[in-house]
Amino acid sequence: MAKRIVILGGGTGGTLTANRLRRSFFEEDAEVIVVDQNDDHVYQPGLLFVPFGLARADELVRPRHDQLHKGIRFHQVPIDRVDIKEDQVFLADGTVLGYDVLIVASGSRLEADETEGLTGPGWRENVFTFYDLAGAAALHDALEAFDGGKVVVNVVDLPIKCPVAPLEFCFLADWYFGQRGIRDKVDLSYVTPLDGAFTKPVASRRLAGLLEEKGVSLITEFNTGEVDGAGGRLISYDEREILFDLAVIVPLHSGATYVSNSPGLGDELGFVAVDEHTLQAVAKENIFAIGDAAGVPTSKAGSVTHFEGEVLVENVRRFLAGEPLDATYDGHANCFIETGFGKALLIDFNYDTEPLPGHFPTSVGLPLLKESRLNHLGKLMFQSLYWHSLLPGRDLPGMGSAMPRRGKVTSGVR
Amino acid sequence: MPTAIYAGVNVTVNDEGFFEIPDEWTEAMAPEIARAEGIDGLTEPHWQVIKFMRAEYAEKGTGPTVRILGKTSGVSIKELYQLFPKGPAKEAAKIAGIPKPRGCI
Ligand SMILES: Cc1cc2nc3c(=O)[nH]c(=O)nc-3n(C[C@H](O)[C@H](O)[C@H](O)COP(=O)(O)OP(=O)(O)OC[C@H]3O[C@@H](n4cnc5c(N)ncnc54)[C@H](O)[C@@H]3O)c2cc1C
Repeated sequence: MAKRIVILGGGTGGTLTANRLRRSFFEEDAEVIVVDQNDDHVYQPGLLFVPFGLARADELVRPRHDQLHKGIRFHQVPIDRVDIKEDQVFLADGTVLGYDVLIVASGSRLEADETEGLTGPGWRENVFTFYDLAGAAALHDALEAFDGGKVVVNVVDLPIKCPVAPLEFCFLADWYFGQRGIRDKVDLSYVTPLDGAFTKPVASRRLAGLLEEKGVSLITEFNTGEVDGAGGRLISYDEREILFDLAVIVPLHSGATYVSNSPGLGDELGFVAVDEHTLQAVAKENIFAIGDAAGVPTSKAGSVTHFEGEVLVENVRRFLAGEPLDATYDGHANCFIETGFGKALLIDFNYDTEPLPGHFPTSVGLPLLKESRLNHLGKLMFQSLYWHSLLPGRDLPGMGSAMPRRGKVTSGVR
Repeated sequence: MPTAIYAGVNVTVNDEGFFEIPDEWTEAMAPEIARAEGIDGLTEPHWQVIKFMRAEYAEKGTGPTVRILGKTSGVSIKELYQLFPKGPAKEAAKIAGIPKPRGCI
């Protein structure tokens, strides 16, 4: 009888996993089912460009079901909970789905309400986020109407999706206000709970240098406890205050609510603990997690999700065949960092190797940790690769799952 | 590797003063470490957090973040900052004798 593989979430990870699985199993051997609460697949990396008028919100959305290949069943309904003992998923419409293998691909959720005041007075008036479609579109209108003052970009706490995106926002804001001829009237600052611009030392120093070059103040170790929109203040838990006219906030992230409502499945924040090399859940051997939903020590990014996909699908096959799992996912992440003025920087890293300078994937490739026009084109090209290669579950040209070492300068870097 | 002396015993710490070997820690050392951090006198709520940090470390291999502490320790984030003004996750980890929390990427 056909085995049943149920995939919870039809975003980046759910879609590419379903399409890869469909190719690696005959329909009579495995049934592939994807569940998602809606049919709007958003190209999230594009959200960064919407506030600056460099992309339109409606251009970033395509129907989810169109991204799923023939032979995949799609249920459009919210997931309520999972009973990991009985191998069953409960959907909001009363359907109960049994499974042989469960793949959690339900991403992360913005928890704006967890920060005092954030969604209170001022929300979407002088306090915004660009981390969802409606927020990015609202911020676009606010930026167009903005004619000077203090702009703060604040990450409340990690983990967040694409931890470089708020830095990119600062770089683009510097460019944008310059284009409008009001850069000298805008005071830009980047406010982070970290002790530097980024988590990894070499990249952190380069990115701090870029902020300085672009006249963006860097305020570190600021743990936002409250956002006072009416008073235009960020207030930290240790009672420091930062004043603003316009605040761009990246809210706290959690896993999907149903994960927390499913005993044994998630951690305190609703992410699923997995073996970081096989992606098999600690909770039970027939459960795997991919993408933002997985509690692994690397960035929450589409590129990470893509690299995980290859190992995950192989492991589902091995698990069903009773073979030992492939423990080769290395934490590989690859992120273009848009720096404005038609340039971008590229970082490439994994669990063990921090982002280093050099070239990607070999010594004649794209420059790493250095601004270039080529990287900007790479970032633009990613959108078409996303719909046409990444979601269909194809390998990207010149890029395997494992992080390439050739081309990186590994010694004497400061 | 630097060392420090607490309660008359030599222990291994990293360059920021976090314990490298949690087993070298004893409860008698906590008040001294706290004093060096500017906290005079550990109260019952301090101990509640310190014990929670050690239990979390023993279970998960890393100390919790402030947000997780606020969700699970039974002490709110505001109170945590009153107890450990320099930042609960790091300061409490130091006093509880566990390595610096890894945090997120
Ligand atoms: C502003 C921004 C910029 C970014 N830039 C980049 C970038 O430049 N490069 C990069 O690689 N990555 C980037 N990312 C990150 C990237 O988009 C995500 O890491 C990636 O989409 C994660 O895929 P996923 O499948 O884990 O989650 P998602 O694609 O978010 O999918 C999760 C799915 O689960 C569904 N779901 C959740 N709960 C339920 C429920 N209860 N019932 C039913 N369905 C549910 C949701 O509807 C959603 O469709 C960016 C993200 C943002 C927000």
